[in-house]
Amino acid sequence: MKRLWALVVALLAAVAACSAPVDTPAEDGTFVIGLSSEFDTLNPVLGHAPDGGSPLFDGLVSRAADLSLRPALAREIPEVTGTTVTFRLREGVTFHDGTPLTSEDVAFTYNAVLDPDNNSTIRGDYAAIEKVEAPDPQTVVFHLKHPYAPILQRATLGIVPKRLLEGQKLDAAAFNTSPVGTGPYRFVSWTPGDKIVLEANESYWGGAPEIKRLVLAFVPDDNARATRMAAGELDATVLPPKAAARFENQGGVTVHRVPSADYRGVMFPMKQPVTGDAAIRKALNLAIDRSAMVNTILAGAGDPAFGPIAPGTTWHNPAVTGSATPDREAAVRILEEAGWTPGPDGIRVKDGTPARFTLMYPAGDSLRKELALAVASDAKRIGIDVRPAGLDWDAIEPRMAKDALIMGYGSPYDPDYVNYELFHSSYAGQGFFNPGHFEDPRVDELLEQGRATADEKERKRIYDEFQQRTTTRRPGRTWCTSSTST
Amino acid sequence: MYLKHVYVIRGEWTGIEPAVEAHEHATGGLFRKHPPVEEGGVSLAGALARLVAWRLAFVVPLLLVVTAAMFALAKASPFDPVRQYLGERALVTSPEIREQIRANWGLDRPLAEQYLTWLGNLLTGDLGESRSFHRPVAEVIGERLGWTMLVTGAAIVLMLAAGLVLGTLAAYRQGSWADRLLTGIAYASEAAPVFWIGLIAIWIFSVTLGWLPAGGLTDAGSATVTVGEVARHMILPVAVLAFSQSSWLVLFVRESVIGALREDFVIGARARGLRERTVLAGHALRSALLPFLTLLGARIPELVTGAILVESVFSWPGVAGTAVRAALAVDFPLLAALTLLATVAVVLGNLVADAAYVIADPRTRVLGVS
Repeated sequence: MKRLWALVVALLAAVAACSAPVDTPAEDGTFVIGLSSEFDTLNPVLGHAPDGGSPLFDGLVSRAADLSLRPALAREIPEVTGTTVTFRLREGVTFHDGTPLTSEDVAFTYNAVLDPDNNSTIRGDYAAIEKVEAPDPQTVVFHLKHPYAPILQRATLGIVPKRLLEGQKLDAAAFNTSPVGTGPYRFVSWTPGDKIVLEANESYWGGAPEIKRLVLAFVPDDNARATRMAAGELDATVLPPKAAARFENQGGVTVHRVPSADYRGVMFPMKQPVTGDAAIRKALNLAIDRSAMVNTILAGAGDPAFGPIAPGTTWHNPAVTGSATPDREAAVRILEEAGWTPGPDGIRVKDGTPARFTLMYPAGDSLRKELALAVASDAKRIGIDVRPAGLDWDAIEPRMAKDALIMGYGSPYDPDYVNYELFHSSYAGQGFFNPGHFEDPRVDELLEQGRATADEKERKRIYDEFQQRTTTRRPGRTWCTSSTST
Repeated sequence: MYLKHVYVIRGEWTGIEPAVEAHEHATGGLFRKHPPVEEGGVSLAGALARLVAWRLAFVVPLLLVVTAAMFALAKASPFDPVRQYLGERALVTSPEIREQIRANWGLDRPLAEQYLTWLGNLLTGDLGESRSFHRPVAEVIGERLGWTMLVTGAAIVLMLAAGLVLGTLAAYRQGSWADRLLTGIAYASEAAPVFWIGLIAIWIFSVTLGWLPAGGLTDAGSATVTVGEVARHMILPVAVLAFSQSSWLVLFVRESVIGALREDFVIGARARGLRERTVLAGHALRSALLPFLTLLGARIPELVTGAILVESVFSWPGVAGTAVRAALAVDFPLLAALTLLATVAVVLGNLVADAAYVIADPRTRVLGVS
């Protein structure tokens, strides 16, 4: 869902950027976007577009195209020091129903996300917030449980009107399918299974949008979306690389290839005899042919990855890099030095233990399946026997401490996001967080410092060391490729 | 002048399969003057009331069994509803929050307690909240049921009309090229899956010819639901559903009419010089219709399955397509309500068929088919 809205924003941005008359939508001002899946809900409290991608809602802050934060409903970006953060609200902002936005609405939104009774899918993201208060109509105060630098990144959550939701069961509120926000577009209708229609909010505080009517049509099938795009029924859509190829060099259509922070990698269980050996992990890291994966499995729509933070974001440490092509000699040298010698069947053995482990992947995910098979064939060439196993997520979960897994995460916004939970020892064995029991006291320290430090330069230094430590010194993961959506 | 066929009920027939019995013997029954109901016989209203009462008494335990079985199956399912609810966010949600949601939904309680709670809420009219739609189940079903009824209703009408006309024509011109063609198509469509027919129809009429929209309720660009647009968008789903479900009907009508055309009373009618059209429609077809009522009731569940596939293929926003989503998301409250609905639809379908039967055939009142 996060990616879905990121896509809507990217498409809107693309439309806004192309102001040439050729690209203007149909005369009636309607612009139709074909989406691959339908929304579960349009209520930000339940998990709709928490990263600020919804045209219906505004957060306290929003993101520019380069992902830098800029004030939205907040008048300016506040200083973050200690455990309180105070936002001053923009004056004169109204909801689509004409009622004014006050700090009560902001406090209600955040407190509703934190309320366990509301079953919000995004509650965990806001765990650092103790409570949110509204001392006067224009002021919002966030009280944090501990100093938490990424709090500003969490302030993109869309604000809902307290008046329409207070005292209701949020799981089943009518608001969830007919929302009222402050955003540039107001809700018109939702035909379930078919489409959502939005119209321009002429009294938007940031100026009325140029496209007057926006239709989000749900077309799950990739080929159907491509056909309807070609037929002119859709003005913009998201397509897999191969289906997008026919629109390349076609007049009036622009294909945007948008880099993403979404990566795939191999998670190793650190407490197992084979995968727990740093030599095995380092050797695999060298032996994997990332360029072949990008070229064949992703059809060129991806980049080789070497760490958990995407290149192209401000937090990426350029020193954490490697060769996209495999270096098998170096890999073999590492294995030999560590005492893994070839056995009779070509599989290396150390102290009677064969270099053999299972690599799980979700059976329905064809991309991860192909990656798992590629890892297995690369591993075979240096004498490591990797056995791919396609399973359902519910079957994978209990086995994660024992077997390796093709996992995928990634967020472009803040280095603390997900990485804290994935690498901190306090999360070892907690569901999908750090299932491989990666434990390193220095990494714990860095992660704790990173989220508590407000100073940008200092933070950058901390996360640079974090990236070094997690990928070269003690690799707990082998990074395959960071995929790119088009 | 009409030939008088006297019809006598023999005791040993009571054990005969109703459809077969009706098919074999109704031909006479429709064309005679009904003998007065004997002393001790049952009146029409009485027979209907008894039938309905029997069925209602039967439906309560049936629903209990069906829903209890569904609860047991859901419990045995390897899918975790909380994981499905969180979707891709499941990977970044701590186990503690997942347990909290599980507890909020009462999934940590024993199965019997969950079932009784659900049953209690149902009796007070509360179907619960759909987890995948974040809306009350009653509203989710309410806003989609109409669209499903529209498509299935139109499909039933089309299926009946086309099935009767084509089946009768095929029987009348038995052995002609038209009959061979119709029978061939009917056999082929009986063998072809509904979704495949749907995709072929989209390919022919939407992609190649460009005559009809490929899916949805209205055009992607339009904001309001207009009658004209909906009518245009429902042509393909209705036609595909009717086509895929009418093959058995065509074949059945053809067989019955062929059989009826050989009967004495048809020969008699022809011998009296009645017009062929009167013989065919008034005598042969009419006599072939009675068992058809029962078959129709029994075939309604198949229409429901067909509707699920057709709605999925044509992105039709009906309740049947919702069942697929509810099942995939292990959205239990919604799935339970939809199962109830389907069970009730099947029971009602059979009830209506049997009631029509009681009205059409006086013998069943005495035989007590109810």
